[in-house]
This record gives sequence, C-alpha cells and structure tokens, in this order.
Amino acid sequence: MKRIFPLLLLFALFGSACSPAVTATPGRASAPPAAEAATSAPTPTPAPRTLTVYAAASLTDAFDEIGRAFEASHPGVTVQFSFAGSQTLRAQIEQGAPVDIFASANTKEMDTLVGEHKVDSNAPQIFLTNRLVVILPANNPAGISSLQDLARPGTKIVLAAASVPAGSYALQVLDNLNAQYGSDFKTRVLANVVSSETDVKQVVAKVQLGEADAGIVYISDSVAAPGLQKIIIPADANVIARYPIAAVAGSANSALAQLFIAYVLSADGQATLQKWGFTSVSQ
Amino acid sequence: MPRFRQILRGLYTGQYLEWIFVLPSLALLLLFALPIVALIWRAGVDGLFPYITQPGAISALRLSLWTSALSVCITVITGTPLAFVLAQRKFNGKNWLELIVDLPVVLPPSVAGIALLIAFGRQGVFGAWLRAWGITLPFTSAAVVMAQTFVSAPLFVRAARIGFAEIDPQLHEAAYVEGSNEWQLFRHIILPLAGRAMLSGAVLAWTRALGEFGATILFAGNMEGVTETMPLAIYLGFEQSLDIALALSFVLVAVTFLLLLLIRWLDNSKIWRI
Repeated sequence: MKRIFPLLLLFALFGSACSPAVTATPGRASAPPAAEAATSAPTPTPAPRTLTVYAAASLTDAFDEIGRAFEASHPGVTVQFSFAGSQTLRAQIEQGAPVDIFASANTKEMDTLVGEHKVDSNAPQIFLTNRLVVILPANNPAGISSLQDLARPGTKIVLAAASVPAGSYALQVLDNLNAQYGSDFKTRVLANVVSSETDVKQVVAKVQLGEADAGIVYISDSVAAPGLQKIIIPADANVIARYPIAAVAGSANSALAQLFIAYVLSADGQATLQKWGFTSVSQ
Repeated sequence: MPRFRQILRGLYTGQYLEWIFVLPSLALLLLFALPIVALIWRAGVDGLFPYITQPGAISALRLSLWTSALSVCITVITGTPLAFVLAQRKFNGKNWLELIVDLPVVLPPSVAGIALLIAFGRQGVFGAWLRAWGITLPFTSAAVVMAQTFVSAPLFVRAARIGFAEIDPQLHEAAYVEGSNEWQLFRHIILPLAGRAMLSGAVLAWTRALGEFGATILFAGNMEGVTETMPLAIYLGFEQSLDIALALSFVLVAVTFLLLLLIRWLDNSKIWRI
C-alpha cells in the first residue's frame, strides 16, 4: 500500500494537470451539441454553432439561465459565456477576442467600443437597470446597522476597483451620501476600504466569507447570495446602472447574435432578469 | 540514388539529425522570446518608460521588492534547516514531509490563495485562534508575504536539499572525529559546499515571489501601497491603462532577468572553489 500511494498521487496530479487542457480544446468544447444532435437523430438539426457572449460579472446567474433557455429553443446552438468586470471584457475585445455579443454593466465601456468601431453606433440597447445595496456577512461581525456605520473607523470595507463599473457606481453613491452625512463621509468610508476587487462578484465572495465587514454591490448580487444581510441605499442617494447589450462588429454569427439579444429583450428574458433582482426596461 | 544513400548515411551518422534537434528547439525558443521582445519593443517604441515613475507604479514596485525580499529571508531561515533534515536524516514519515514540501510547486496559485484564506482568514479554520492574539491577516502586507512564501519557498527547499544531499557523509564523520560541533560542521563544511545550490535556490524563490499573483489577489486582496504588488498592478492596469501595464511589465521582466543573470553568474563563479 505504501508503494502504491505515490503512484496514485501521481495519477491524481496528472489528471488534474491535464483536465483543464482537455476542456480547452475545441473538440471537447463542441462535444455537447454533437451528443445532442446524435440523440435527436431522426429530425434534421442545423449544424452546431457556438455563440460567444462576454457579459458583466453581475449578470452571471441570470445569463446562465437565459443561455440555457436559449439553447433549449435553438437546437444545435451552444452559448458560451465569459463573465468578468466589464472593463476587462472591453479590454479583451479591444485586443481582438472573438466575441459575438457584449453586455456591459455601464454605458462607458460600450461607448468606448463604439468609438473604436468595435460595435456599430446604433447597435447598443439598454436591456436592464440595476441599483446598489450594502451587503454584510450573515453574522454581521462589525455590528453595522446603518449606512453611517460604514464610516466608523476599523470597519473593513471591500469595493470593486474604481475601473470596474460597480466600483465607480459605489463612488457615486458615496458622493451622494455626503449630502446627508457630512462632506467628509466619503473620505471616511474610503479610509476603511481594505481591498479594491477586480469585479463585483469578488466583492460578494469576500463578504460571504466574512473576511470583510461590508461591501457595496448590485441589488441583483444580493439576490444571488441570499444568505447576506442588506442595508438599503435610499433612492435619492442611489444610482441607476444602465446595462447596454450589442452584437460586436465582425461577428461570424451576427444573425444568431440578434436572435439572442431579441430573446434577452423579450418578455421571457426580462422575466428571468427580474427574477435575479434586475429591473426590467419594459416597466 | 547515390544522393539518397548519402542522405541515409548522413542520417545514420547524425549529420542531418541535427535538424531534428534544431527545428523544434527553435519553435519553442521563439514562443519564449517573441512575447518578451514584443513587450520591450512596444514599451520602447511608445515611449512608455516615463509611466514607471507614476505614483501607483512606484508604490507597486516598492511593495513588490520589500515583500519578496522579506519572503526570501523567511524562506532561507526556515527552509535551510528543513532542507538539511530532508537531505541528511532518515526518519519515519519523511516521504510525507517531502510530499508536503513539493505540493505548493504543483498547486495552482488560485488553490493556494483559497487554501490560505480558508485557513488563516478571519472566519477561517485558524482565524478565531489568530484573532485571540489580535492578528487579522487578509488584506494586509503580511498576507502578501505569506502568499509569496507559500508558493516560492518549496523552490528553495528543493534546491538546497539537493545541494546538501551531494555532500559526502564521510566529511561529516571526519569533522566529528576532529571534534567539531554541529554548528561548526554546518558553518565550515556544509555551507561552503552547498552554498551555491542554496543561493541559486534563493534567487529562484525570489523571482517566483516577485511574480506571485493568484494567491495574493485571493488572500491579500488589492489595495495600492498595501497589497497591490507589481503583478496585480499589471493585471488592473491592463483594463485601465495598457501603457502603465506595459511599462510595469517591462520593469518586472528586467528585474527578473537580472536575477536570472545573477543565478548564472553564481553557478559559474569561482567564489565557491575552496
């Protein structure tokens, strides 16, 4: 047994070393639609196609569900998502990433791409709005009960970095709160910030783990992480985050991309987004 | 036909076989060299070197240098005895010990970061215990040093262990017979003989610590001047300002290159001849 163990470990390590490479190969990635086609062999199915969607990190749960629904109603289509901070995705599209659709958490990143002719100027459509909320770990270790408590020295606050849409919205909210809590409120809160995360889901994770006492994220994030405590930011101090979606210029699947965008804007798509805490644009 | 025979004979004697070595090597070398050349070229052509003096860049550089230097010091102080024990002693469970030492080398840094957070985070397995001592690690520079040491120290221990293992045990016996104690043995026999391996291991660990990204961003977070090291500043710079990211990348390449040169020089240097 003693001799077998290192061998087993070697296999385990080898397996773990190889598996990401295997999933990264195109052959494996296109396997699910091929299997789908095989099971529904009697009815002719269109050739398998993959739609690549770059979406803001806050859309992770809602778009996963929308993607599955879209795949179910469009046989042979696989929707592949890349979720990250909108600014990361914008930078990757600028560097030539092969993307069909971009869904941003702010208009700034989309406008940048329009300015660089990566997206047609009339293509972007606002498909939802979102608001911010303060989240606390389930056991609220710092005993925070109001927005004012965020300025209490020693409170560990995590925000998204200023370059991330959620981070710049959070700074706007703090600016707005200065009117209510005194002109140095924002400065005092920022003095408590211990980390500027690369996307909003990292902020949620740090608060969920209880490493931070509070974080400022989207209302939709607090819906996706139901165990957390919340402090509502009043409407007059809150911001309305507008999310634009557009097909990326030069997409090889532009017709399919339009279908996906139409589905996101449809009653079904909007209902899914509402379920995950976003505000529908049709309201 | 004679030509064909000539080629066959050439293959047999290794005359043409050369290309079987040269072409694949060249492909791999190009993969290594081209991105670095492109990086330096872009940084130079676009005149990005002034970006290095931006406050954010300076603080990232300073933080990276002192945290990685401290990490190497901790590594050498704690890793030398460990490597010595692993090389010179036989005991039960040594295999397990070696496994634990080698594990961080093969673990993805993201796993290292999550493991550190789950162990030493505020709500971590040992977090309450640490808090009783008034210590909270996440989001501090101490967390940066821990993440760096976690991923880089095994490189030093490995190198030093090999260095120690190469020393002839008869030298120990001779030293003992001459009446030397453990410290004298270490100072006058082992250190001079294994010093080269230790130093190159330490420099290698330093380069790895300088480049540490995944474990740092998960365990230590990202805060300018506190936990935002060069690799983190480069990652965030990529989406804010590519120019700063390029300039910082260039600095990191230059520093790492110098450290590697140092290893080469130490390897070939005559200072080890006794």
